[in-house]
Amino acid sequence: MSAEFIAGIVVFVLAAFVGFEIIAKVPRTLHTPLMSGANAISGITIVGAIIAAATGTGAVAAALGFLAVTFAMINVIGGFMVTDRMLEMFKKIPSKRT
Amino acid sequence: MIELAYLTAGVLFIVGLKGLTSPRTARRGNRLAALGMLVAIIVVVVDMIGLDAKLAWGVAIAGIIVGGGIGAFLAIRVQMTDMPQLVAAFNGFGGGSSMLVAAAAVVASNAFIPTETAVTTALSLIIGAITLTGSFIAFGKLQGIVPSKQMFLPGGTATNGIIAAAAVVAAGYGIFADSPIGFWVATALALVLGITAVLPIGGADMPVVISLLNSFSGIAAAMAGFVINNQALIVGGALVGAAGLILTLEMAVAMNRSIPSILFSQFGGGATAEDIGTKPVNRATADDAAIALAYAEKVMIVPGYGLAVAQAQHAVKDLANALEERGIEVTYAIHPVAGRMPGHMNVLLAEADVSYDLLLDLEQANPKFSQTDVVLLVGANDVVNPSAKTDPDSPIYGMPILNVDDAKTTIVVKRSLSPGFAGIDNPLFYEDTTLMFFADAKQALEDALSAVEAL
Repeated sequence: MSAEFIAGIVVFVLAAFVGFEIIAKVPRTLHTPLMSGANAISGITIVGAIIAAATGTGAVAAALGFLAVTFAMINVIGGFMVTDRMLEMFKKIPSKRT
Repeated sequence: MIELAYLTAGVLFIVGLKGLTSPRTARRGNRLAALGMLVAIIVVVVDMIGLDAKLAWGVAIAGIIVGGGIGAFLAIRVQMTDMPQLVAAFNGFGGGSSMLVAAAAVVASNAFIPTETAVTTALSLIIGAITLTGSFIAFGKLQGIVPSKQMFLPGGTATNGIIAAAAVVAAGYGIFADSPIGFWVATALALVLGITAVLPIGGADMPVVISLLNSFSGIAAAMAGFVINNQALIVGGALVGAAGLILTLEMAVAMNRSIPSILFSQFGGGATAEDIGTKPVNRATADDAAIALAYAEKVMIVPGYGLAVAQAQHAVKDLANALEERGIEVTYAIHPVAGRMPGHMNVLLAEADVSYDLLLDLEQANPKFSQTDVVLLVGANDVVNPSAKTDPDSPIYGMPILNVDDAKTTIVVKRSLSPGFAGIDNPLFYEDTTLMFFADAKQALEDALSAVEAL
């Protein structure tokens, strides 16, 4: 196996552990924004999609690149925006009880 | 330098997710993660800018504009009650994009890829493809386009097993024979598998399915990261994979079911028709409910998916306001699987301006029911079914429930006595201390509010 591949595995395992530790502490009340926000992060595949679109040659590669970028951007923009919309609503409001 | 810039993006994702551990810091956390994404996009564009390929850049920019526009449109327009299907759709697009990135790598190399990278290419194709079609079936079920009840495919689980095995064999051929055909066949089979695997799963199990597909979308992105040797994809993908997996396990625990049993087995149907509706219940009117609520000291509201269906989150808040003005303590108890995705009820109540410190989860709420005068149950059923504690023969036996039967009085707002998604009769409805208020959730809450105000 190449050194790059092994380095990738190290990064993957460490990131997964960090992810478990942090995300286990997210309160249940925020699980929907967590999921949509995490979902937006999985749109990081946009990087690969842009590389594919920018380096591809031929009609097939162009079509794949266009679709990959489009799908990833739906995920990124939609995911972060809708998460922001939800989190804006979570407020601590003083009780009206008299 | 480029690697360090990608690392910055990865760190921002982690710091951003850490912000989500408290409602106070959550919004800033999400924005930090979005900033990380912007950094990653700028870096890749700068990295690629030296390439003299005008047509290809046009393709990338067109995709950014079209995709960004669609994403923004959906994010602005969606109603909070429809959040599960939107997240399902976004999962599908993310997985689909990772699949396409791997596909582009196969096309570019004509499948002459080193074995280890070829394995991750195949994984990215297969997992991404399952996520794409599986998510759109889940979307269809939640949106009501695809029937949400359980379906039975010919051959059942065995059919899915055969498709999965065939996809692995085809991928193996692609990897070891350097054959693009092998990769394409594996991808096609995985696209079919996403459909056949999710189609049979019932609507009530959607929280688990969405969580698992969320995890898959992350893993597919991480595998695509190996394909193009990019650490930002690996870090981001691994984080999302972990997040989705934690939520999946939590949903499974909240239903007291194993993940394989949700994905591969049939469920429900315990109650026979003649059991339901023949036993006597205490029927209540809006006035009865209002009197019980208005003269209580502590009221706990238990919302379920029926609240979302009826769009009754604002009506429930209006009623709670009227009760609070009378000096009554009102809190909310939310079961982990009360909605169609983890935390769905919390978002709906936050939308209606309910303060988040009043939203109690299962462990916080259960010790409080014995000191609660009135529980107002709106559109919830299986998550409060005492059979889960008392009847070893019940299909939901062992599932953690909200112990609303500890409260002095329970008012159940429900359309009829029909069983919940698990198809099980609920002994709570026949208790002496239970009042059954048969009506549409929103109408019932509005009528109860008018009655409280008239007192």
